[in-house]
Amino acid sequence: MQQRRRDPERDRARHGEHVIEHLLRRAGFGAGEEEIEDYMELGLRGSVRRLLDYETVPDDVDGLIGKPGYVAVTASGRGEFLPRTVINDARQRWLFRMIHSRRPLQEKMTLFWHNHFATAYTKVAGAFGGEEGTRYMASKPAEDPNQIKGQIELLRQFALGNFRDLLVAIAKDTAMLVWLDGRTNTKGRPQENFARELMELFTMGVDTFAEADVYAGARVFTGWNLTRPSNAYYTFSYAAAQHDTAAKEFTFPIYSNGSKVIPARTADAGMQDGTDLINAVAAHPLTGPRLARKLYQFFINEVSQPDGALIADLANIYYRNNFEMKPVVEHLLLSPQFADSSNRYARYSWPAEFVARSIKEIGWRGFSVNDALGPMSNMGQQLFEPPDVAGWDLGPSWFSSGAMLTRMNFASLLATNQKFNLRDIARGARQSPDALVSLMLDRLTAAPFARDPYQALLDYARSGGGWTGSDAQLLLKAAGLAHLIVGSGDYQLV
Amino acid sequence: MAITRREFVRGGVAAFTVSFAAPAFLSDLARAQGRSRRNLVVLYLSGGNDALSTVIPYNDPQYYARRPTIAIPASSVLQIGSDKAGHALGLHPRLTGLRTIYNAGRLALIQRTGYQNSSRSHFEGTDIWATGDPRSPQGNGWLGRYLDTLPSPVDPLTAWSTAGTIPRTLQANRVGVPSIPSVQGYAFASPNTGTEAQFARQSATRISSHLPVDQPHLAFVNASSQAAFATLDRVAQVGTYTASVTYPNNGFSLALRTIAGAMVKGVGTKVFWVQTGGYDTHAAQNPNQANGSYTNLMATLNDGLFAFYNDLLNQGLLGDTLVLQFSEFGRRITENGSQGTDHGAASVMMAMGGSVRGGIFGTAPNLRVSSDNPTLENNGSDVRYETDFRSVYSMVIDSWLGGDSASVLGGNFRTGAPAIL
Repeated sequence: MQQRRRDPERDRARHGEHVIEHLLRRAGFGAGEEEIEDYMELGLRGSVRRLLDYETVPDDVDGLIGKPGYVAVTASGRGEFLPRTVINDARQRWLFRMIHSRRPLQEKMTLFWHNHFATAYTKVAGAFGGEEGTRYMASKPAEDPNQIKGQIELLRQFALGNFRDLLVAIAKDTAMLVWLDGRTNTKGRPQENFARELMELFTMGVDTFAEADVYAGARVFTGWNLTRPSNAYYTFSYAAAQHDTAAKEFTFPIYSNGSKVIPARTADAGMQDGTDLINAVAAHPLTGPRLARKLYQFFINEVSQPDGALIADLANIYYRNNFEMKPVVEHLLLSPQFADSSNRYARYSWPAEFVARSIKEIGWRGFSVNDALGPMSNMGQQLFEPPDVAGWDLGPSWFSSGAMLTRMNFASLLATNQKFNLRDIARGARQSPDALVSLMLDRLTAAPFARDPYQALLDYARSGGGWTGSDAQLLLKAAGLAHLIVGSGDYQLV
Repeated sequence: MAITRREFVRGGVAAFTVSFAAPAFLSDLARAQGRSRRNLVVLYLSGGNDALSTVIPYNDPQYYARRPTIAIPASSVLQIGSDKAGHALGLHPRLTGLRTIYNAGRLALIQRTGYQNSSRSHFEGTDIWATGDPRSPQGNGWLGRYLDTLPSPVDPLTAWSTAGTIPRTLQANRVGVPSIPSVQGYAFASPNTGTEAQFARQSATRISSHLPVDQPHLAFVNASSQAAFATLDRVAQVGTYTASVTYPNNGFSLALRTIAGAMVKGVGTKVFWVQTGGYDTHAAQNPNQANGSYTNLMATLNDGLFAFYNDLLNQGLLGDTLVLQFSEFGRRITENGSQGTDHGAASVMMAMGGSVRGGIFGTAPNLRVSSDNPTLENNGSDVRYETDFRSVYSMVIDSWLGGDSASVLGGNFRTGAPAIL
């Protein structure tokens, strides 16, 4: 019943292209025509290697902002684009990167971790103001007078890095110390927020620990606070005098000898407590499978039961490689399950994925990513603003009538903006409405349309009088079809 | 848990495809099902509301001892009398509108609502309150299950979420609940105008009518488009609503204004969902400062609800409306080192409306730490529940919605239900 009406000869010639498109939708944000050609030459394995070994590809994308040939940005302030200090501009810069980075997997993993560590700008800005709040979320060290590395830069640095090391860095991250209140966690006044979420959300999972572990965990991180070395910024500092030096007992093993007690230590040596606990939760037997399931659902399939054997393999790889993520993701992308055609279009796209992909596939000449930010928020995903500590509600939760209308209306906005570009592309199919529908479906890599929806597209192309294939007609129909395809249910699946 | 949620969707969509009403019947349906104008507005305070700052036991010395910086002075609270155990209580000083409603006998405060072994997790706690099932908080929500008991086919505007998403509370098998955060944004745009735009809408409607049973996830997405097309025109009427009072200009109040508009325009909705966030007050709660974070929360809550109350009163709809407020948990009794409070257990529920029997239900906790104090738990850290939240649900289902709470909740929770209606 699933059939895509097009030339079978061409389909054969494109065999293999579907796998590459699939790879780039999942391990990236989709691909424009030229990108597809590049990756086609590398083949599936070569493409996976290129995506994984992103350090070999120059990280030059930010230098392209404002250059002709790329999607535009719009300065939110007074004429100057300030992604380091203005959150709206930081959002645009990240969207720009999703669309144009030559390291798409790094950006994809950054988004994955952003959902995992789910830190919201509003709270950080509420504490320290909008400018500093933006810096702690999004600044790059090289551009900041105090070399602040915003949380998103940290996540980018560790995109495929060591998860344990990432946890240590996150525990010292300024935005996180505000978000989960670690900055006020002091001796005698323990603050439970970070310790709880470290176990519940970042590593082991809900219902795997006791309330006593939360209390003990809070005491472990006493003294992991912020300091203000100058009037310009905050940074992590271990306040030894604020550390609770007594022993802390957990209900699960902390050390490899099975001991559940972090020993009493002097205040000066007390920072080791936090490292010990992070080591323990990273190595906890439930953390590997939990990360594996999240990655499986992110990269392979979230609509049917996960493949238990693959989850177990991924978890084992995680432990065997001392919490390095790259071998885990490598195994996942090269697994037969990843390439299995039954796993294609088996994920509900996140708003960021939907927006970036539609821009890459419809076109961007003369479009500003600023115009995507409001719609994204109405679709349920504002970058740097996850709704709560658990991150975004994924999967079917992205879809409601209101959110779906917003997606359709964004498709309309973009197709309207790209009307003339789409007409130019459509000239290659002016011979018939059928040819135009085929061309648009081909460009927009939606899941294969079934007979009835396909017929609805065709009827739309044929509607409104006789087919002439004139430029005037293509101007209407190419944009109209792009809107209908990108706004369809099929296109929401990746 | 996430996996189970998706499994539910899979089963749910299959059922959904056979019972979804065709748009042509909808206005008749809305009329037929709209015989009773009664409606329920569920209000969720997200983050875990610190009930001890909302309804304050201002004569309990331990309240001040355990909250040296964030306790609200007895002299500032809005006194509302005492509960049946004789605890003197006051509302947060910023809840002046709610006190007016309380004095009019239209606000019920149900103290210490919760359940055994309260979850301190936002995620799990929210699921428990949504499903009404602390042991296995999975699958559909309690109001979703109620919607599933309505005669088929169910009008797609029977429920309306004003949040951007569909809360689990409203997730159902046979009804696709629309999320309509803004009436203005709830319209179908097109790159072209005139007949081309009409063709586009026809085509998009047809594309969304494809609900393949072997691809439940595609069917689910298409069903959400379909629900949009089926409700667009009726929702557009709400955009013309002129309120009888001025609502504050924030998302919460504007959502309430939209709800009032939907009621006045008679679009047929029986269950509304509205939420307001920021209640996860781990730090700088400052409930005493004019611009402290908890004071701001109370201001938003009070000013929005009071405007809504007055609007409905003016429109003659107050008697048909029940607002039911909850939060996923209460907070620790002792303040933490950040002038905030961490995750706790029992909290307060409120019910407001023209048919509500106002007053104070349940008893305040005794905040003294002692092993023989039955009102606390967790070694005296947290407030222990007294009223099972499901008994409140059962009252609402049986006495307001006209349903059968035992079947909806999977058990009889009527015993001990506060007589709020």
